[in-house]
Amino acid sequence: MELDNVMLSRMLTSMTLAFHIIFATIGVGIPVMISIAEFVGIKKNNNHFLLLARRWARGFTITVAVGVVTGTCIGLQLSMLWPSFMKVAGQVISLPLFMETFAFFFEAIFLGIYLYTWDRFKNKWLHWLLTIPVMIGSSASALFITTVNAFMNTPQGFELKNGKAVNIDPIAAMLNPSTPSKVFHVLTSSYMTSAVLLAAITSFAILRGKRSIYYRSALRLTMICSLVFSLGTALAGDVSAKFLAEVQPEKLAAAEWHFETESNADLILFGTIDENNQIHHAIRLPGMLSFLAGSSFDKKVIGLDDFPKDETPPLWIHYMFDLMVAIGSFVIVLSLVYLIAWRAKKFSEWFKPILWGIAAAGPLSVLAIEFGWIYAEVGRQPWILRGYMKVADAATTGQGVGLTFIIFAILYFILAILTCVVLVRMFKNKPAEAELEKRFNH
Amino acid sequence: MSLEILGISVLWIFLYGYLIIASIDFGAGFFAFYGKISKRDHLINNLISRYLSPVWEVTNVFFVFFFVGLVGFFPDAAYYYGTALLLPGSVSLVLLVIRGSFYAFGNYGSKENSFYLFLYGATGLLIPAALSTALTISEGGFLKEKGSGVEFLAKELFTSPYSWSVVLLAIVSVLFISAAFLTYYADRAGDMPARDVLRKFTLFWSPPTILASFLVFASLHAHNPGHFSKAIQLWWMFGLSLLFFLIASYLILKKKNFGTAFIAVMLQFFFAFFGYGASHLPYILQPFVTVHESITNPTMGTALVVVFIAGLLLLIPSLLLLMKLFLFDADYVKGKK
Repeated sequence: MELDNVMLSRMLTSMTLAFHIIFATIGVGIPVMISIAEFVGIKKNNNHFLLLARRWARGFTITVAVGVVTGTCIGLQLSMLWPSFMKVAGQVISLPLFMETFAFFFEAIFLGIYLYTWDRFKNKWLHWLLTIPVMIGSSASALFITTVNAFMNTPQGFELKNGKAVNIDPIAAMLNPSTPSKVFHVLTSSYMTSAVLLAAITSFAILRGKRSIYYRSALRLTMICSLVFSLGTALAGDVSAKFLAEVQPEKLAAAEWHFETESNADLILFGTIDENNQIHHAIRLPGMLSFLAGSSFDKKVIGLDDFPKDETPPLWIHYMFDLMVAIGSFVIVLSLVYLIAWRAKKFSEWFKPILWGIAAAGPLSVLAIEFGWIYAEVGRQPWILRGYMKVADAATTGQGVGLTFIIFAILYFILAILTCVVLVRMFKNKPAEAELEKRFNH
Repeated sequence: MSLEILGISVLWIFLYGYLIIASIDFGAGFFAFYGKISKRDHLINNLISRYLSPVWEVTNVFFVFFFVGLVGFFPDAAYYYGTALLLPGSVSLVLLVIRGSFYAFGNYGSKENSFYLFLYGATGLLIPAALSTALTISEGGFLKEKGSGVEFLAKELFTSPYSWSVVLLAIVSVLFISAAFLTYYADRAGDMPARDVLRKFTLFWSPPTILASFLVFASLHAHNPGHFSKAIQLWWMFGLSLLFFLIASYLILKKKNFGTAFIAVMLQFFFAFFGYGASHLPYILQPFVTVHESITNPTMGTALVVVFIAGLLLLIPSLLLLMKLFLFDADYVKGKK
C-alpha cells in the first residue's frame, strides 16, 4: 500500500465519515424516539415518559453538536480532497446538497425552539408539535444526502463531454435507481440504531441496579420500537439486495463471493477465502442467494467473472456484509424474545442474559451501521462515479494531505473521549428519580 | 439580471448574514471568556448564554449554506479553492469543530469549566482570522497554477500587509458587532450592569474598527490597484458605511436607542461588504475564476434558484418564530422563562 494522495484522501474521508455517521445516525433517529416518548407521555398523562423525552433531548444536544461540526468537516473535505470530482459532479449534485442544507437549517431552528420551550406553553401538545419539524428536517436531510451517495453509485441525469458534465437533469440525478432502496435502508436503520442504543443504555442502568418504574417504562418503549424498526430495516435490506442484483451486480457478487453467473446460486455465510478464491469453513445455503436476489430459486445471479478484473470491488467486503446482516438479525430475535418475556406470565423481562444482550446490542448496532457503510462504499470501488470516474483520478493534487490526516485523527480522538465523558457525567450527576421528584411532585 | 449575478448575489447575501450572526456569536464567546478572567462573569455571562443557547446551530448553518451554494453555482471556484486551501481550510475546520463541540460540552455538559470556555473564547477570534484569508486569497497573488494542479503560496500570504490588515479588520469587527448587539440585548433585558459593561466594550472597539477599515483600503491600493480603483468608483457605498458607523457610535455614546444603533451597525457592514463585493466583480477568484466563465449549467442554476426561493419561504417564517420566542420576547430575554 502506497501512501500517495489518493490513499491518504481515501483514509481521511473514511475517517471523517466513520466518525460522522455515528452522530448522523443518532441525529436522524433520536428525534423520532423523543417524539414518541413525549407523545405517549402526554397521551397517557404519564410523567415517566415526559421525563424520558426530556432526558433524551438533553443528551441529544451533545451528539447534535458533534454531528453538526463533523458534518461541516465532510462538507468541506469533499471539495478539498476530491476537487476534480466536485468540479464534474458538483454541477449535478449541488441541488440535493443545497436541499440538505435547507432541511438541516429547518431542523436547527426548531430544535433550538424545542429545547428551550419545555415549560413555556400551557397546552402540552403545542410543544410536542415542535418535534414534527425537527423529525422532518433530520429525516429529510438524510434523504437528500443519501440521494447524492446513490447518484455516485448509479449516476444518471447528465452526459460527460471532455471532462465536463452537460445536458444536466438535476431531478433525474436525484431520483436515480439507487435512491429508493438506499433512502429506505438509511432511514430505517437510523431509527433502529437509535432505538436500540437507548434500550441498551436503559438496560445497562437496570443491570447496575436501577429498578424504578421509570426504567421499566423506558425499556418497554424502546424495545417495542427496536422490534418495529429492525423489521423495517430487514425489509429495506431485502429490497436493497434485490436492487443490487439487478443494477449493481458486482457489489452483491463481491459480498457473496459469487464468481460464476448461475441460477439457483448458493448463499455463503461467513467462511474464509484463499488467494485462489477457494472458500473454506463457510456455511452454504443452497439456492438462497437466488432467492435473496429475486425471490425465486431460478433467479440468475450475475457473478464477478463477468466483470473486468480492474472494475470489481475487493472481496473482503463479504465480512462487512455478513456482520451487518448478523447483527440486524440478532436485534430482531432479541427484541422478540424480550417482548415475549415481558408479555408471557411465566417469564421475567428482568432475566439477566436478555438484559446483557440488549446492553450489547446498542454498540453492535452502531457497528452494523459502520459495516453497512463500509460495504456500500468499498463495494463500488474502484469507482467514485460508477462508470464515469475512478477514485484515483479524483483525489487532490494539493500538499499536506498526510499532515491533515494526522490533525483530524487527533481531533476526532479527543472529541470521541470528551463526548463520552460529558454524556456520562451529565446523567450521573442528575439521577432520573431525583429529577422526577423535583420536576413533577412538588 | 443574469443567472450568474443572481447566483453571486444570493451567495453574498448569505455570507453577509453569516458575517453578522457569526460575529455576534464569535464575539460573545470571547466576551464570556474575558468576563470570566476579569471576574465580571456574574454580570454578563448569563445574558450571553441566554442569547446563544437556542441560536448557535443556526449560525453554523449559514456558513454551510454559503459553501454549498458556492460549489453549486460556481464549481470551478470550488476546484481552485479546494485544491489550494487544503491546509489553511483544514485549520479553519479544526477551529470550527473545537468551538462548536466545546460550546455544547461547556453549556450543556459540565458548566463552570474554564478550560472549555477558554477554547471557546479563543477560537472565536481565530476563526474569523482564518476564514478571512479566503477573501484575501480571492484578490489574487496567492495561488499559482502548475501543470497538475494549483499551489498555495503560503509564504506570500504570511508576509503580505494586505492579508494582515484583513485579519485585523475581521477580529476588531467581530468584537465591535458583537458588543453592539449584546449591549442592545442587555438593554432589552433591563440588565443595566451588563449593559454598562458591554457598552464600554462597544465604545472600546469602535475606533479600531474604522482604523482597520482604512488600513485595508490603503493596503488594497498597494496589493491590487485595479480593485482599489473600482472600489473608489463605488465611493458612495463606503461613504454610507462610514455614516452609519458614526450614527451607531454616537447613539451608543449617548446611551440611547441601542436597537437603532445596532441596525446602524448592520447597515455599516452591509454597505461596506456589498461595496467590496461589487467592486470585486467580475472575479470570484482572481485571476482564475470569474462569475461569467465558471457559472454552473443553466438548468442547474435555475433549479438552485427555485429551491432557494422555496427554501426561503420555509425558513423566513421559522426564523421569525425563533426571533419572536427568544430575541423579542421580553420575559425570555429577562430570564423569566
